[in-house]
Amino acid sequence: MTQKIKDRIGLPPVNAQKTNMTCHFCIVGCGYHTYKWPVDKEGGRKANQNALGIDFSKQVGSLQLSMTPAMTNTVKDKDGQAYNIMMVPDKECVVNSGIYSTRGGAMGSLMYNDTGASKERLKYPRFFTGDDWVDWDWKQAMAVYAGVTKRILDKDGADQIMFNAFDHGGAGGGFENTWGSGKYMFSALKTKMVRIHNRPAYNSECHATRDMGIGELNNSYEDSEVADTIMFIGMNCYETQTNYFLNHALLNLQGNTKGKRKQWFPKESIEDSRFIFVDPRRTNTQAICEQTAKDRVLHLQIEPGTDTALFNGLLSYVVEQGWHNKKFIAQHTSGFDDALKANKMSLADCSKVTGVSQADLKKAAEWAYKPKASGHAPRTAHMYEKGIIWGNDNYKIQSALVDLVLATQNVGRRGTGVCRLGGHQEGYARPPYPGPRPAPYIDQEIINGNGKMLTVWACNSVRSTLNAQRYQAKIIQRSNIVREALIQAGGGLSTEQLVDVIYDAVSNKGGLFVTTIDLYPTTFAKLGHMTLPAAHPGEMNLTSMNGERRMRLSEKFMDAPGIAKADCLIAADMANTLKGMYKAEGNAEMAKRFEGFDWGTEEDAFNDGFRKPDGIDSQGGGTGTLVTYERLRAMGNNGVQLPVKEFKNGKLIGTEMNYMDYKFGTKDGKAHFLPAPWTGLPEPVEKLRGKHKFWINNGRANHIWQTGFHDKYHAFRSERYPMAPIEMNPADAKELGIESGDVVEVYNGYGSTSAMAYLEPDMKPGHTFMVFAYFKGNVGEVVTDWTDQNVLPYYKGTWADIRKVSSMADYKETVSFKSRRYA
Amino acid sequence: MSKISRRNFLKSSGAVAAIPLMGSAGNALAKENSQLPDTGIMLDYPETTVSNLSKLPVNKAINFHFPDNSSPCAVIRMGHAVSGGVGPDKDIVAYSIQCNHMGCPLNYDTTTRTFKCSCHFSTFDSEKTGQMVTGQATEDLPRILLSYDKASGDIKAVGVDGLIFGRQANVV
Repeated sequence: MTQKIKDRIGLPPVNAQKTNMTCHFCIVGCGYHTYKWPVDKEGGRKANQNALGIDFSKQVGSLQLSMTPAMTNTVKDKDGQAYNIMMVPDKECVVNSGIYSTRGGAMGSLMYNDTGASKERLKYPRFFTGDDWVDWDWKQAMAVYAGVTKRILDKDGADQIMFNAFDHGGAGGGFENTWGSGKYMFSALKTKMVRIHNRPAYNSECHATRDMGIGELNNSYEDSEVADTIMFIGMNCYETQTNYFLNHALLNLQGNTKGKRKQWFPKESIEDSRFIFVDPRRTNTQAICEQTAKDRVLHLQIEPGTDTALFNGLLSYVVEQGWHNKKFIAQHTSGFDDALKANKMSLADCSKVTGVSQADLKKAAEWAYKPKASGHAPRTAHMYEKGIIWGNDNYKIQSALVDLVLATQNVGRRGTGVCRLGGHQEGYARPPYPGPRPAPYIDQEIINGNGKMLTVWACNSVRSTLNAQRYQAKIIQRSNIVREALIQAGGGLSTEQLVDVIYDAVSNKGGLFVTTIDLYPTTFAKLGHMTLPAAHPGEMNLTSMNGERRMRLSEKFMDAPGIAKADCLIAADMANTLKGMYKAEGNAEMAKRFEGFDWGTEEDAFNDGFRKPDGIDSQGGGTGTLVTYERLRAMGNNGVQLPVKEFKNGKLIGTEMNYMDYKFGTKDGKAHFLPAPWTGLPEPVEKLRGKHKFWINNGRANHIWQTGFHDKYHAFRSERYPMAPIEMNPADAKELGIESGDVVEVYNGYGSTSAMAYLEPDMKPGHTFMVFAYFKGNVGEVVTDWTDQNVLPYYKGTWADIRKVSSMADYKETVSFKSRRYA
Repeated sequence: MSKISRRNFLKSSGAVAAIPLMGSAGNALAKENSQLPDTGIMLDYPETTVSNLSKLPVNKAINFHFPDNSSPCAVIRMGHAVSGGVGPDKDIVAYSIQCNHMGCPLNYDTTTRTFKCSCHFSTFDSEKTGQMVTGQATEDLPRILLSYDKASGDIKAVGVDGLIFGRQANVV
């Protein structure tokens, strides 16, 4: 248990500084306010004595307040002055209406405090001398980092300089930082050898839908309030997009938005809404929905990896019934006949492959696509996430899904949409990626001994990759070559000599020089040679957009620890150091490549990227020029939904839903159907399935954010899950002598990892679910190296055996193993 | 009803009470004294008799209010020793039953022995010191610290570990 006796908190006084903050974590991006005030001051209990305007002299009523100890902290600015802070959800924010999740609600306590949960934050650049980590200033760190970079660039070319880098919004991302890092990698260095934080190449997780003309974030959260039916595919939004679910979708199932639906669609029959869940697992989201309206929830519990067959069966059936929109198909799409032919699958075959009864398949088709009593096509939103993104052939599943959606015109109409629910927020503005599609499989390049220098930027990709055991082993081996060289070199080395030693190790001995840029000393950082300390929102100004393209400015309110700084400014430091080096040797041509980083602040980076969209890839599009920090600040936590249409009467006017004009994102403006025939599981995966007993499904869980970079240090979370939990069917566990709280080994031919057994009666026999990318227990170690045509992994597709390793009395004593399903 | 400060409480309750803040239910106090955070604060709570051992059937939530009438709580006798439990069998625990996420009333589910919130679906384990099983609170469920009087069988509430929903301080 984590609580300490903390039975009162200090209130912000009425004159506390108040700034806007979008939650650092999931894509939903709930709005918060940050209050900051001198540490020795406190607001009073009367409503007019505190900044929250709430009367605390008596019990506050339910739902009237979101304020917990985790929302508070004490921080120190560089001037040595200490302040109290409180980060509370914004009631006026249309995303969350004052509600918070267990992740975002703790943001306040995760801001840097040298005695708090975040005390392990990196404060200074650090270098591993071979036997010790030493703190450096930026000048020395850049002299070595840029020195090695330059040596490799000059002698071996940009392809030997590799990156594992973020591409998203929120903490560890944002338009400023994707631009700064992207400009450095793609325009200055001109390297194509970059992979993204959670996958082994530089690719989109949504190539198919984009190729078909439909960007993956095409509706608003409000559309889930007014849909007739929502098909949720491979997602668990209560746990991972919490306030999209609680503040929007669930309201619809509960009937709380029926008035709005009638108002919006007065000519249509409005029935109670229905939710369809496509998932081999019964998630907590589904459990909650069943508790709300069991008869209006349908579970299509497909066999793992059979989504494509499901969508093809539904498409074929819908067309047989004549429920497709022939006019829309004819006027606004192409390729329908070919796709229909390629995807054709009878209901009987579909049932056989997916394991879903024909009756349930028909029911799903009727709920989602059969014309309503009024004759109108139902408004069905299709909301998907990692079940598809990390599913059996990303490109193919997405094609099959969007084929079904296009045939039934469930895009570009309010209450519809075919959208990913998302992981991180978004915030992409970079020069065009200089490599091909498919992009190089960077992990394999590293495994094969290629690359001389690897910079791991705001990610911990030994935890968030596939075939992770082999990858990590290679990183260790190649990093150790450099470490050994540093030890052997002895003392008294000048910076230039240090660069010589490193370059010799990476070019003649097979070594790899590893730098990480992060908030914390991550697992990857500990394997490398240099760490550079970064900042997160609140310590810098940062813009991102959420899953409905809502862009906000998170405002800086405190200083970063030590000399840590924004990633975009770190990129500028790298570029400027290299520019200086080339200038010094009179190489004007190369110096020019590193120009354009004269940024004093993150706003300079924003203005250089997002606001100059010509010739770059920006989620702001051409109208990004209209957005300024000042205008965003005025828009508060509701921000503006991209693309911006205009700036009028002091307000940015955005776009609630895309494609309402049926002009799709293709050259001819038509949406393109893509053939997506069902072809089974990939061969290496099918082999594993034949050999091993358990399907090792994996993904995120309620308490935990991504690789748990904060959570590891946050007792409320790390004590809940001291290691990655793996949900198992109790009968399966009994057979192996496994109880909840036991440490188990999960292993197959690709590798072996450990997890904490968590018996869950809802799990089907033979199925498991392990938390992904955890800081203790790394499921990626048993995931195959197979990818789709665009080098997207099939993280969800692995089978392994499980054995008990140890019984942990402490886990059994302190960890709850009650069902994680609400009902 | 008398006021009792944290320091006095620890001093006076040594012989009869168990207020384990961490770890196992056994030999609690010696261990617990050292585990109180140095910076921890505990307000003066009105010591309140909430029930009596003879009136506590196993696995039934008995409601009471503490530290005042606006703060509903429940005491449960688990029937087996649990972390933080008091009484002869170390099996009696009590919690605030306003969800500490946003204040909705919590229901005690006798089957799973969890407290459940029907607003935002947080679930807390009554047998694991109120640990959040799943849900949206940022802390475990505030736990009412109890003392047990061997002679009378009285169960008294003497403090709270965690902030009760809707309050700046637990004692208003």
